[in-house]
Amino acid sequence: MTASTVDAAQAVVEPTQYWTRQRKVGVGLAVAGVLAAVLFGALATGRSAEFTLAETISGSAVGIDGRIGAILFGAIAALAGAAMLVTTRRLFSWLLALGIVATLVSFLCWQLSQAPDNLNTIPLGSVARSSVTLALPLVLGALAGVLCERSAVINVAIEGQFLMGAFAAAMFTTLAGSVWIGILAAGVGGLIIALLLAVLAIRFLVDQVVLGVVLNVFALGLTGFLYEQLMAKDQARYNQPTFVPEWDIPGLSKIPLLGPALFKGNIFLYGAIVLVILIHVGLFYTRWGLRTRAVGEHPAAADTLGVKVLALRYRNVLVGGLVAGFGGAYFTLLSTTNFNKNMTSGLGFVALAALIFGRWSPIGSMLAALFFGFCSALAVSLGSINSPIPSGFLNMLPYLATIVAVAGLVGRVRAPAADGTPYIKG
Amino acid sequence: MTEQTTATAEDLAAAGADQLPPPKTFAGRYLRSLWTANTFTVTVLAVLLALVIGGILIAISDENVRATTSYFFSRPSDFFSLSWDKVSDAYAQLFKGSIVDPAAVQAAANGTGKWERVFFPISETLTYAAPLALTGLAFALAFRGGLFNIGVQGQAIMGAVGAALAGFLLPLPVGIHLVVALIFGAAVGGAWGFVPGFLKARTGAHEVITTIMLNYVALFFLGWLIVQKGIQDPERSDAISKPVDDSAQLTHLLGFVGPSLRVNLGIVVAVLVVAAVAWMLRRSTFGFELRAVGLNPEASRTAGIGVGSTYVLVMTAAGALAGLGGATIVMGTAVSLTGAVIGSVGFDGLLVGLLGRAKPWGVFFAALLFGALQAGGNRMQSFSGISLELVGVIQALIVIFVAAPALVKTVFRLKPAKVSGLGTGMSKGW
Repeated sequence: MTASTVDAAQAVVEPTQYWTRQRKVGVGLAVAGVLAAVLFGALATGRSAEFTLAETISGSAVGIDGRIGAILFGAIAALAGAAMLVTTRRLFSWLLALGIVATLVSFLCWQLSQAPDNLNTIPLGSVARSSVTLALPLVLGALAGVLCERSAVINVAIEGQFLMGAFAAAMFTTLAGSVWIGILAAGVGGLIIALLLAVLAIRFLVDQVVLGVVLNVFALGLTGFLYEQLMAKDQARYNQPTFVPEWDIPGLSKIPLLGPALFKGNIFLYGAIVLVILIHVGLFYTRWGLRTRAVGEHPAAADTLGVKVLALRYRNVLVGGLVAGFGGAYFTLLSTTNFNKNMTSGLGFVALAALIFGRWSPIGSMLAALFFGFCSALAVSLGSINSPIPSGFLNMLPYLATIVAVAGLVGRVRAPAADGTPYIKG
Repeated sequence: MTEQTTATAEDLAAAGADQLPPPKTFAGRYLRSLWTANTFTVTVLAVLLALVIGGILIAISDENVRATTSYFFSRPSDFFSLSWDKVSDAYAQLFKGSIVDPAAVQAAANGTGKWERVFFPISETLTYAAPLALTGLAFALAFRGGLFNIGVQGQAIMGAVGAALAGFLLPLPVGIHLVVALIFGAAVGGAWGFVPGFLKARTGAHEVITTIMLNYVALFFLGWLIVQKGIQDPERSDAISKPVDDSAQLTHLLGFVGPSLRVNLGIVVAVLVVAAVAWMLRRSTFGFELRAVGLNPEASRTAGIGVGSTYVLVMTAAGALAGLGGATIVMGTAVSLTGAVIGSVGFDGLLVGLLGRAKPWGVFFAALLFGALQAGGNRMQSFSGISLELVGVIQALIVIFVAAPALVKTVFRLKPAKVSGLGTGMSKGW
């Protein structure tokens, strides 16, 4: 135990150690591959496992004998793991990706080969589409977190911002009869929580983690209370929002796999893509980004150079609130038809996890969110092919996969150095 | 960095304080001391502020009150008198539901009512407080060790599962069964807490991520478990487990007064555990190491404390406390496992732990306050028609104000004084 709890700095000065992270992961992957080949191979039947690129299970499909597929792809994963022991670092990511995908395919071959005859197909286009859709709120929530935490204000209140956004979107879309007003209101809903967060954390120096937790409970109580007092009494007047319109991009939406996932979307999808790019470019290539990162790492130094630390923090936290509130609108304007108490069911916390998993970077958080979305989508698809795995365990899949990924692949992460520390001039 | 962490809100407020000459009379001094921002004053004022804001919410969400706003400027008295009626009625019910109902006392005293009704509110308060104290402690202990345990909910669920399984699967004699079931609850909860602690020590996986994820895993596991053969109640078609055997149910302390008094041994367990944890934190080697690691892991490592093993132990202990909290629910009040058997007692534990300033007895009194709000909120909901959700808002506001002593001081223009808040030294961000 002591050997593995050494500092990162200490680990760096001992490169001669044989058991590097790459080799450890390699062994893990090789074992997983062998297990997959043996276990899934034994459980699979000789029936065909089919994969289509389309959104439906009809159409041209690639099929493979279930047992052969399970063993073959398990072996590929094992080989990829074994290769990590002998190759250089450069190939690590590729081998890792290959190994994970092969293990997954081996698993799917088993699952599909035991499904009833007309269900033994996985429409990959639909899986891709729902992965992206399920990841959307997480991407937006994590982006809000990036904005706050890169300027050193911890944002645990993403869940609360989601709830306020979802509530405001439902209420004002119904009252005004326009989803755009609703989305605007959702931004304001997120902004209210962000304002409380900013003022209490920056002006009144409240512990930010504590504050975030409390603001979540506050938002949960407030939206729940208003729901009971207003919406539950008159659903038609306050709580019947319409869906956001779907905008297909002509041409591009016909691309197999990517088309339905990325180009048959709505304001949330395109908004999330634009925001990821904007925040990534902004953070790493503009003056604002440099200042934000400086304030997040060493506010005293930034202050010395004339950056207005507190003003920048206020601005970033408030913009973050707008983004998270927008993400909250997803819940009432896209995924379901009306607001309900505690409807975000902790996804704000998952977005927080995606933020940490993605190492506080916009692209990283997006990938982490997509990973989570993919696991959720996979769980749904497996449920629809009558998987022998009980649905309770399928539902655990994204959460367990995140634990494995965080513990096995990501390991120790480093937050912005000043994250959570209030800045006191002087 | 050091300047930032050591300068607390109090120092700032003190620096900007107005320098009045001390009052001459004793009464003046007494009033002044009452008006300084000590811990007690801040907490009381925080509760007061939260109730005021809650009252505003009650007033503006009431239809009749809102109707008077349309002619507010021609006759404002209607607005104020209606609001006052509504809010005072709601808070009167809150009091009657949590402490005592004077009418019931009178009725019992002159023989027309039962004593059961007199003790009912306080029994409910203590019933709600017991698991809250334990889950609050689970959060507070980890917090003192520098870990942010969002997984209290999952640990409490697993504790309830462990206790319930031991409660209806093991045929054990009276007395032993109870103890064994409690131990099972603590053990399973502890195992659930061990996982994030171990992963943090071994791989550096952030405990916030792993505990959040394990909450969901526990919830889905519970959902799966209660419909399995041998677990599900054979006489029921819905998702509910068999009831815990009588021998494993926590004895109702006031059962001799009336059957509706649910307060049980759980509150005794909670008091004993709080005392034990307080002793451990203050006196034992582990408690010392825990606090040292919480304050400064690097310095602790230099001093020869095994930081990784401390993390594992802290999380296991926290999980066991949360598990015990879940166990007292299923063995005391719920009796059978359902999908929502522990409600949100784990998440509420976070607030209780924070309100108690992460100190064992502080947590206990915070649990009493939250238990009272819960019990009174039930009565307020049924008698005044105010949604129970308002209690959540009030609870959150109390903790916000307690965590922001500087804000309370500003609102009430308090004189600066030493106040033990959740100082910035306690949590170092991620």
